[in-house]
Amino acid sequence: MALTWRAALVSLLLFGSFIAVWHLATMGSGPAANMDPEYAKLVGATASQGKSAMPGPAEVGLKIWQHLKEPFYDRGSNDKGLGIQLAYSIARVMTGYLIAVAVAIPIGFLIGMSPLMSRALDPFIQVLKPISPLAWMPLALYTIKDSSLSSIFVIFICSLWPMLINTAFGVAAVRKEWLNVARTLEVGVFRRAFTIILPAAAPTILTGMRISIGIAWLVIVAAEMLVGGTGIGYFVWNEWNNLSITNVITAILVIGIVGMVLDQILARATKLVTFPE
Amino acid sequence: MPVRSAGARMERTAMSTFDNPFDSERPLSRPGCVCGRHRSQAEHEYEAQLQLHCAGVERIESEEKRYEGVVASAVMRAVFPKDRARRAFLKSVGASTALAALSQLFPLKTASEVFAQGGALEKKDLKVGFIPITCATPIIMAHPMGFYSKHGLNVEVIKTAGWAVIRDKTLNKEYDAAHMLSPMPLAITLGAGSNPIPYTMPAVENINGQAITLAVKHKDKNDPKLWKGFKFAVPFDYSMHNYLLRYYVAEAGLDPDTDIQIRAVPPPEMVANLRADNIDGFLGPDPFNQRAVYDGVGFIHILSKELWEGHPCCAFAASKEFVTTMPNTYAALLKSIIDATAFAHKAENRKQIAAAIAPANYLNQPETVLEQILTGTYADGLGNVKRDPNRIDFDPFPWQSFAIWILTQMKRWGQIKGNVDYKAVAEQVYLATDTGKLMKEVGLEPPSTRSKNFKVMGKEFDPAKPDDYLRSFAIKRV
Repeated sequence: MALTWRAALVSLLLFGSFIAVWHLATMGSGPAANMDPEYAKLVGATASQGKSAMPGPAEVGLKIWQHLKEPFYDRGSNDKGLGIQLAYSIARVMTGYLIAVAVAIPIGFLIGMSPLMSRALDPFIQVLKPISPLAWMPLALYTIKDSSLSSIFVIFICSLWPMLINTAFGVAAVRKEWLNVARTLEVGVFRRAFTIILPAAAPTILTGMRISIGIAWLVIVAAEMLVGGTGIGYFVWNEWNNLSITNVITAILVIGIVGMVLDQILARATKLVTFPE
Repeated sequence: MPVRSAGARMERTAMSTFDNPFDSERPLSRPGCVCGRHRSQAEHEYEAQLQLHCAGVERIESEEKRYEGVVASAVMRAVFPKDRARRAFLKSVGASTALAALSQLFPLKTASEVFAQGGALEKKDLKVGFIPITCATPIIMAHPMGFYSKHGLNVEVIKTAGWAVIRDKTLNKEYDAAHMLSPMPLAITLGAGSNPIPYTMPAVENINGQAITLAVKHKDKNDPKLWKGFKFAVPFDYSMHNYLLRYYVAEAGLDPDTDIQIRAVPPPEMVANLRADNIDGFLGPDPFNQRAVYDGVGFIHILSKELWEGHPCCAFAASKEFVTTMPNTYAALLKSIIDATAFAHKAENRKQIAAAIAPANYLNQPETVLEQILTGTYADGLGNVKRDPNRIDFDPFPWQSFAIWILTQMKRWGQIKGNVDYKAVAEQVYLATDTGKLMKEVGLEPPSTRSKNFKVMGKEFDPAKPDDYLRSFAIKRV
């Protein structure tokens, strides 16, 4: 069998066994004995019938189906469909991400093309890079005083670094022969940057962008859980409030799928600019 | 309005003051409401709003439009004393021309504004933040049950992630007013834990309504003296929960800072933490106590009303700036909340309130959990069904003695240091006079004094002698 088919089969088998194990683990332990019927009516299924607190695959499947049937409902400011929540989150991610692109690529170029700036900016980058987005959140809320702008700022500050570093690396790693040819032809700085360095560094830059979009998507979920409002992170928090693990699992799956889609978009873009050496 | 034209009596559908005066098919003369059981349409609509089954169906149009209609109808009646003439006129020129012609003769807009009582609202679209716990019931229920729209406001109630976030969003004006813990307006005014900004607490949202819940494995440790080394959770450092828990264990002889651990955990995580064994118990807001029982994770050790009957819990707070720059809006908002609180106070309304606030847009909890909390007939986690109708209660009056008690406890545990002018701070923040006035306006009877003595766990508290009270405790940090 061809490799793709074999891989698909193995994936399916793994998935199937995972679901089976999950189902067995959440089957529940049978009804509690000697419970007063009036009391049993007042408590939930877990306390009275020993139903497992963790939902089984059938429940989660049903919940996913319910959400997919009605993705865009709006029953008030705190209860909107999954589609609307995702739209808000994606909008925030795109805003923060595009601002980060607009800042990271020019600075990356600067650092890549100038050894002086590279050395000078290096300590700042190294210190700011490992700071967790959630650590930026209180500072952002305190200074910016607006929760949506704060979440966008947090996405910006966290998706900046991979793009910056990859751009700098890509720019610095352009083949010396090409730069020498440019010097021979007395090509100006900007023309050199746009016609030689940019296409040469493009695959590396796009790899950096691909890493950044993953981070941005991760960050938005956490930021929204902290700040609330609308968004998939808020949806997770709202369902957590209701201790509805089924909805939380649904949201997690959806987050994973959207993250995968975003990643694939950038992977395709990377393929477009890759060139054989 | 006297019946003028003979034609009115022949019409099958009668009109009232609130019907469209520019409708050529209907006479303007019959008084009373459309259902015939009330003296006027206004009464009919008020009744309709109080009954839940009408609230969702008929969205009462805004007060302004209604007043405009009333004025227009009065003017039309004056211009056309004979209704048949009015209808003929309308049939010939059409409603919009008639309105235009009328506006030339008589300034309808100005008249409506003068007719609307209580001064013009400075801002109608408000945002009020709430935390999804049953303490915020009046704030939440006023939305689906129409109390906000009754007073002319278009309020959006926004679910918020936590106390710190609600404080930050109110401070940076994303919310106009918010649901807060009773000590929070005091803490914000005094600058404890944030910048000092003058805040006011014109109404208490709920009294009672909390409980100490322990993990099921501690079924046999139902006595606080056995709690040495336990880990407890409270929602926030500046909360009645923290002070009540500390008071309770201190009375049992344990020092809350050294003998037990108290940490701040958001209420929904309390149940999960209890299940995961990270904490041994919590003093938290409902619905999470009942939810712990519902999920078979914990049992209710004691209700907070047994510690202090009638203790305040959560508050409705607004910045002093909002109160002074937008007094009419503030009055309307406060009236809606007081109205809602009075409605929630009555035991017969509790079941329908539970149904109204259960959906995902509000509390997002199973309806039976909310019913058990609001009606007071509940399962306690140890196999018994208990009945305590005052498990949670709603009384908006912000007794200044509450503020003084909170301040003594804040001082007792070292959250505020130095000399505190108890009376002045209490008067500044707990606006008992304002609330008393507005309670009268919505037909409730406010108490005649602003301070009263009360008992906490059997010990009398006299608000006139806060320092003596503070000194009388064995375990304290001063």
